[in-house]
Amino acid sequence: MADVKVRSAPAAAKTGGATISGARRLNMVLKLVVAFFASLLALYPVVYVISASMNPTNTISDLIPANPTLANYSKLATDQNYPVLLWLFNSIKVSLLATVIGVFLTTIGAYAFSRFRFKGRRNGMLFILLIQLFPNTLALVSIYLLLLQIGDLIPWLGLNSHLGLILVYAGGSLGSGTWLMKGFFDTIPKDIDESGVVDGATGSQIFFFLLLPLLRPILAVMAILTFIGTYADFILARVLLTSKDNYTMAVGLSSLLGEGGANRASQWGLFAAGAVIGAVPVVVVFLFMQKQLVGGLTSGAVKG
Amino acid sequence: MQQTQSENREINRPSSGGSGEGKPKPPRQPLSLTDLGLRVAGLAFVDGIAIWFALTLINNNNPIPAILILLVTAVINYIFLSNRLYPIRWLTPGLVLLLLMVIYPIGYNVYISLTNYSRGNALSREQVVTQLKEQTYQPANAITYSWTAYRSPDGQNYKVILVSADKSKAFIGDASGLKPTAIPATLPDTLDGYTRLTPFQAAAAGEALAKYNLKSGDLAIQFTSSTEAKEILSKYSYDAASGNLTDLETSTVYRPVRGTFTAPDGKTLTPGFVDVVGIENYTKAFTDPSITGPFIGVFIWTFIFAALTVFLTFWVGLLMALVLNDAQLPLRTMWRVILFIPYTIPGFITALIWAGLFSIGGPVGISSKSLFGEGFSWFADPNAAKTMLLFINLWLGYPYMMLICLGALQSIPTDMYEAATIDGASQFQKFWGLTLPLLLVSVGPLLIGSFAFNFNNFTIVQLVTAGGPANPTTTTPAGQTDILISYTYRLAFTSGDLAFAAAISLFIFAIIATITAFSFRFTKQLEEVLT
Repeated sequence: MADVKVRSAPAAAKTGGATISGARRLNMVLKLVVAFFASLLALYPVVYVISASMNPTNTISDLIPANPTLANYSKLATDQNYPVLLWLFNSIKVSLLATVIGVFLTTIGAYAFSRFRFKGRRNGMLFILLIQLFPNTLALVSIYLLLLQIGDLIPWLGLNSHLGLILVYAGGSLGSGTWLMKGFFDTIPKDIDESGVVDGATGSQIFFFLLLPLLRPILAVMAILTFIGTYADFILARVLLTSKDNYTMAVGLSSLLGEGGANRASQWGLFAAGAVIGAVPVVVVFLFMQKQLVGGLTSGAVKG
Repeated sequence: MQQTQSENREINRPSSGGSGEGKPKPPRQPLSLTDLGLRVAGLAFVDGIAIWFALTLINNNNPIPAILILLVTAVINYIFLSNRLYPIRWLTPGLVLLLLMVIYPIGYNVYISLTNYSRGNALSREQVVTQLKEQTYQPANAITYSWTAYRSPDGQNYKVILVSADKSKAFIGDASGLKPTAIPATLPDTLDGYTRLTPFQAAAAGEALAKYNLKSGDLAIQFTSSTEAKEILSKYSYDAASGNLTDLETSTVYRPVRGTFTAPDGKTLTPGFVDVVGIENYTKAFTDPSITGPFIGVFIWTFIFAALTVFLTFWVGLLMALVLNDAQLPLRTMWRVILFIPYTIPGFITALIWAGLFSIGGPVGISSKSLFGEGFSWFADPNAAKTMLLFINLWLGYPYMMLICLGALQSIPTDMYEAATIDGASQFQKFWGLTLPLLLVSVGPLLIGSFAFNFNNFTIVQLVTAGGPANPTTTTPAGQTDILISYTYRLAFTSGDLAFAAAISLFIFAIIATITAFSFRFTKQLEEVLT
C-alpha cells in the first residue's frame, strides 16, 4: 500500500486539499480490493483443476492433494479407454483444416467483393449477410441427415467422418468471414493494385504477391480466432461424431465427466488432467498474442 | 476499421479502356499459358471428382442429385473458362462450399420442418412398402414339409428334398426351382453326387436355400427350422395408383394417412414413411397443450438467460474495466492478465469444470449443503440450476466485456471530462452523463451480438445441466433449464422428432434475424461494408 501513497501524493497535491487525497486513497484501496477478489474468483477453478489433476485419489473435494502425482496424466497417455491425446490430435486436425479451408475461401471471396465491380455484387453481399444470420448450428437436423445420407454412398465424407465435419465448419465460417475480410481488403489502398496492373501483373499475381503479404497480420489473427472457435465447438461435433476414436476434445472430455446430472465425481482426476491438456494450448496462444487477438476480436464482432 | 478514401474508386486498368462505371470490367490480360494450364488442370480434377460422384449416385438410384451435381460442375467450368466472369471465379470455390454445407441444409431444414420426419417415420414410402412386402403369412391350407439338405462336393451348391407332413407330396429343390418327385421310402445318403447333411449342418444350408426362393405354385417355401419348412404367402400387396396397401390375410385395406398406413379401424403399420404434413409442426407449438406449456417456458427462459447474461457480463466487465483503467493501479498488468484468463479457456472446459465444482461431491456443492441444508443440490432445484448457469456464464463472459469496455473507455477523449469538470460535474454525473452514453455507442452492437450468441449457447446448458432438472409435468423432452437450441437438440436426438426440431430451429432463426436486422438499423455497418 505504500506504493499507492507515494503515487497518489502528487495527484493529491495537484488537485489540492486533504479530503480529495483521502477520497483518492480510499478509491484506490477499493479498486485493489475489487481486483484482488475478482482475481481470486477468476483463478479459483483454474487452480482447483490443476491440483485435482495431480490428486491421486480421483476425488473432487480437496484443494491441495496430499500426495501430488502425475499418475492421471500418464494414465491418459497410455490407457486406451481414455484416448485424450487422440482427441486432442483430432481436435487440432479438424480445427486446423477447417481454418485453412475457411480462411482461404473467405479471403479469395472477399478479394472479389472488394476489388471488382460486377453484376450482382451488392445482392451477393446482402445474400451472404442473410446466410450469416443462420448459423449452421441451427441447421443441425438437416446437416445431420445430409451427412447420414452422404455416408451411405461415401463413408469418408458422411456421419462420423472428420472430413464431413471439417467441411461443415469451413462452410459455417464463410458468411461472417467474407464480410470481415472484405472490410480488411477495403483498408488497403487500390493504388497498390494499380501499381501491379501497370507492371503487368495478373489478378492472381496481385492477390498473392501484393495484397496477401499486406494482410498477413490480420490473416493470422483471423486464422487463430477461427481455429479457437472451431476447437471450442461442441454441438456439431457431438451430433456428427459417433465413435469414441473420432471424438474431438470437447466431445471426449464431456464423455469423460458425463453430460448433465448432479454427480460428476467418478473420474474427476482424469477429467482434470484432460482439461489441463485441452486448455493449455489455447490459453498459451491467447496470453502470448493477447493484444493482436483482442484487436481482431473487437473489430470482428463489430463487423458481424 | 478505418475506411480509406480510395475504396470507392474503381480500378482503372489501363488496358480495359472504354468500359464505364458500374459495368463488369473483365481485366483484359495477356493470355498466359501457365494460367490457362493451371485452370484446365484444376477443372479436370474437379470434373473428375464430380463425374465419379455423379456415377456413384446414379448407381444408387439417385439420379436427381447426380444431375444437379453435373449441372453445377458445368456452370463451374463455364465460369472458369469465360473471361467475362473473371470476378466470379474468385467467389466460386466459396460459393460451392456455401451451397453444399449452408444453403442446401437450410433449404432441407425448411423441407423437413414441413414433414413428419421422426424416428418412426424416417424412410421413404418406397422403402417402407418394400419392407412391408417382405412380410409373409401362412395361408389356412398351407402345407408343412420336413426337409433334408444335400451339399455339392465343392460346398457351393445345395439341393433339398421336401416331404409333406402327411407324406402325400414330395419335391426336390435346387437353384432352378422345385420339381415333384416320388415319395422316397428312406432318404438317400447321396443325391446326384451331393452328400446328405445332418440337421446340425443344415442351418448354413437353410440360409443358402432361402436365397433360391423356392416356390410351390404361387406359394413360397420358408425354412422355419432345421427340419421344417412351410408354404407362405406375401402378406401385403401395394397398389401404386391409389397408394393403398392391402393385407391379403385379412383383406384389410390400409390407406396412407400422414405417413402411416392406417386401417379403417385405426390400426396402423410400422414403420411409417416421411410425408409432407404442412405447417402442422409450427402450429402445434402453440395449439397442442402438452407442447405449448413447456415450449413457452423454454422460450421465456431463453430470453431471460440471454438478456441476464448480457446484463451481468456487461456490468461486471465494465466495473473491472473501470478498475483497470486507472493508470495508477498497482500491478495493473498482472490484474489484467489474471482477469482475462477465464476468457482464454475453451468454453466447454470451463463449463465442465464448474459443473464438477457445483456437483454433489464438488467443493461448491458441499459448502452449499451446509448453507442450504443437506438435501440441497444445484442440479435438482430449477431456480438454483438457473442461478448456477448464469453464474458460470458470467464467469465465462465478463472478460470479453471488460476488454471491450477498456478499449472504449480509452477512446473517450479526455477533454470532454475536463469540460465536465469545469462545468462542476460530480464523478457520478460524469459516469452517467458522459462515460456510459459514449460507451454504449461503441459497445451497443457488441451487446446485441453477445445476446444473439448466448441465445444459442448450447455448450454451457448441455454440459452443465443438460437441460435438467426434468420438468415432471410434460411428455416432451423440455427440461427446466433448456434453452431453445438445446430443446431442439433434445427433440431431434433424444426423442427423435426431427421435423418438430427443424421447425423450432427456424423459429430461432426468425428471432435472431429480427434482432440482428434491428441492430443494423442502429449502425452504419451495413452501408459501410456494402460500398
